[in-house]
Amino acid sequence: MQTEFAAALLDADRRLPAGLLASDTAERFAVYRNNVVHGLSRALAAGFPAVESIVGAEFFAAMAAIYVRISPPPSPVLLEYGTTLPDFLARFEPAAGLPYLADVARLELAYTRAYHAADAPPLPADRLGSIAPARISTLRVTLHPSLQILRSAFPVATIWAMNTGRMLLGEIADWSAQDMLVLRPHYEMTVITLASGEAAFLLQLQAGATLGDAAAMAMQETGSFDLAGALAALFLRGAIVAVNDQDLS
Amino acid sequence: MLTKTHLTAAMLAGSLATALAIVASPAVAQDTAKEKCYGVSMAGKNDCAAGPGTTCAGTSKVDYQGNAFKLVAKGTCTTMKTPKGMGSLTPMKG
Repeated sequence: MQTEFAAALLDADRRLPAGLLASDTAERFAVYRNNVVHGLSRALAAGFPAVESIVGAEFFAAMAAIYVRISPPPSPVLLEYGTTLPDFLARFEPAAGLPYLADVARLELAYTRAYHAADAPPLPADRLGSIAPARISTLRVTLHPSLQILRSAFPVATIWAMNTGRMLLGEIADWSAQDMLVLRPHYEMTVITLASGEAAFLLQLQAGATLGDAAAMAMQETGSFDLAGALAALFLRGAIVAVNDQDLS
Repeated sequence: MLTKTHLTAAMLAGSLATALAIVASPAVAQDTAKEKCYGVSMAGKNDCAAGPGTTCAGTSKVDYQGNAFKLVAKGTCTTMKTPKGMGSLTPMKG
């Protein structure tokens, strides 16, 4: 009966659930339906403000009304709602003219995940000095639990910043691919555009590769990969919470 | 095997030394003492999702009929001009 009721809430073509006792049930149930969809739509907008800004409130609400029917929340925890929205947007015909939109949604998803990730104190940057040079190639690090990497063929970090009030809206002169890092090291969110090779480096480290292997992979991708800069940045940004102890001198 | 771009131990150690110099330079001296601000939630996250704009008008039937649906984005995508015109509403051709 609950299943039937829930299904009827999201599908206006279904008949009313059995057992409704009040008068005017059709009209009252329609109000319920409307508010469920509106509530979920606003929950999505709260998690994807840049997407809403890019397409406008009217488009977003209409898109969300379709999305919530296809992908109702899998859990009562709405802050996790919308994990499938980027893939939905990538295939959503009316948004085909905005090929970067799905990646903007991916960045917003990464932002929300980082925001709710576990707290962990990053290693202070000067701990870099305690690493024995002879052991650096076999060193493995534990990255911050909030760390997320996103690679896009579009300047998504810039588009996102412009649509969340962090940057003035304007012409994007350098319309090129961007890799970005989302991190919440000291209870404060950061979104950083990465230098070339850094994303590959970080993804390798995240997967458990040694520093030597991760650096080699990054160089394979980008000959100009700046390992020293990437290493310093890792510590300065507070992206590392542990290095395996046997490699500390 | 990573033979193509094998990094020597000396190269890695050199990078470590350079990284140390970057970290130690006064230009990047920073205070990392931040306190957690408890009880602050991301906007809209601890509100009732059905907030302002909730309507009691029973629009039971959403005006959506599959592919016949015509949506036009009217947000910042219309002003966010790019050299290639990717921000515009018309898909790129060629």
